[in-house]
Amino acid sequence: MSEDLPLLRVFSLSKSYGSRIGCADVTFDLWPGEVLAVVGESGSGKTTLLNCLSTRLMPTSGAASYRMRDGAFRELYRMSEAERRFLMRTDWGFVHQNPADGLRMAVSAGANVGERLMAIGDRHYGRIRATAIDWLGRVEIGEDRIDDEPRAFSGGMRQRLQIARNLVTGPRLVFMDEPTGGLDVSVQARLLDLLRGLVADLGLAAIVVTHDLAVARLLSQRMMVMKDGRVIETGLTDRVLDDPREPYTQLLVSSILQV
Amino acid sequence: MPTPLVVSEVAKSFTMHLRDGVRLAVVEDVSFALKSGECAVLGGPSGAGKSSILKMLYGNYATDAGQIIVDHGGRLLDLATASPREVLAVRRDTIGYVSQFLRTVPRVAAVDVVAEPLVARGAEKAAARERAAALLSRLNLPERLWGLPPATFSGGEQQRVNIARGFITAHPILLLDEPTASLDARNREVVIAMIAEKKAQGVALLGIFHDADVREAVADRIVDVTAFAPRARAA
Ligand SMILES: Nc1ncnc2c1ncn2[C@@H]1O[C@H](COP(=O)(O)OP(=O)(O)OP(=O)(O)O)[C@@H](O)[C@H]1O
Ligand SMILES: [Mg+2]
Repeated sequence: MSEDLPLLRVFSLSKSYGSRIGCADVTFDLWPGEVLAVVGESGSGKTTLLNCLSTRLMPTSGAASYRMRDGAFRELYRMSEAERRFLMRTDWGFVHQNPADGLRMAVSAGANVGERLMAIGDRHYGRIRATAIDWLGRVEIGEDRIDDEPRAFSGGMRQRLQIARNLVTGPRLVFMDEPTGGLDVSVQARLLDLLRGLVADLGLAAIVVTHDLAVARLLSQRMMVMKDGRVIETGLTDRVLDDPREPYTQLLVSSILQV
Repeated sequence: MPTPLVVSEVAKSFTMHLRDGVRLAVVEDVSFALKSGECAVLGGPSGAGKSSILKMLYGNYATDAGQIIVDHGGRLLDLATASPREVLAVRRDTIGYVSQFLRTVPRVAAVDVVAEPLVARGAEKAAARERAAALLSRLNLPERLWGLPPATFSGGEQQRVNIARGFITAHPILLLDEPTASLDARNREVVIAMIAEKKAQGVALLGIFHDADVREAVADRIVDVTAFAPRARAA
């Protein structure tokens, strides 16, 4: 359809916590199918920005509009609470760093995935279960684990379950906050590879917050570097990593072994 | 013959902020054009800025000054100022690049690494894989390796995966950074033949070849990069 229009337009978004700056004056467009990485050290405002964009937090000033499935742009911060909740349940996904924040730990894996489907109105038990099995398979969780609670899962499995739960409704935009943080390196590689494949196959747009430049390199086409709440450098991911211009970006890139 | 790439007065320097902001001027006034059906070769000693020039043409390095005008599907675009989205579109459809080293992605099989640029352009996966297999076989990569991720391959094996990946599409411009550096004589011959075929198909090639035999075999002309040495350094 209108592939030449952005999916999300963000203009001069700022959020302050009293006199402290969360993020300041962030402006960018995100197109369908594009993965944008937001990098910077802890405290640089990445999560604040992500939470504002996903409307979990209200910005202090600025605007963001989202192109709905009918093609019309809607101003995110002027929507009703109900409209926003509907977006979050259907068209958006949010993958938390800690799977426990995005999963219901006391219900089965199958129910965790099925729940999102029921939230958009599916009531057919057999179909929901079949879709859940299919999605567990896609995130490499065996069908035999469908009735287990995520409490019984390893960290990597929990994270994969959280991803399945988010993607089952066919969202167009997924927010991810350190999706591989807190996992062992080998588990990270597997998860990253899985995410890469899913994002490409489904043509998802995503905003991925990470302090890991290797994650940014693998997942994203475009990158924003944040420092003290502001975007200090932005561009193609490989350009920013291979030819960093700002002192802070050079410091970030030089601090890693090899990406 | 059409001229799909025109480089004018391009300059590149690096400012190393971690080293007291010292500025390293690499090239200045880079000007040349590339014609369809020819293979031009960047010449000059190590450190002259050959790879940096290729990387600017691919949008991997930023450009300080000048223009890089590319014919992108009939539309002229300046890569020196293009947006990230435009650069990505140029990479998908117009400019291919064989880097000196393959950047491996965990868990992706060699055959899929090679097929990916075709799939990205909308080709069917199975057909793209078949084409990839044909190229890998032509480059004498043992079939038992095709299904494995290239991370553990030898330098020469990785380089052949990289070459196959760069040659699989019909991009009208192809940049080659020492594609034959870690190949044996037999595979160098294969690459020389593949370059000749690209030329015959009207592709404009720009390459860096340290190996004099290969350069001799493929080069239609040499673009001498020492001519673009920054004035301060040349003096
Ligand atoms: N990303 C970078 N950051 C800082 N300096 C760089 C970077 N890339 C290249 N340089 C410097 O730019 C100069 C030119 O390097 P370049 O790799 O373009 O040379 P080259 O002609 O390709 O050399 P070779 O024949 O050895 O491959 C060198 O001094 C190099 O150290
Ligand atoms: Mg070089």
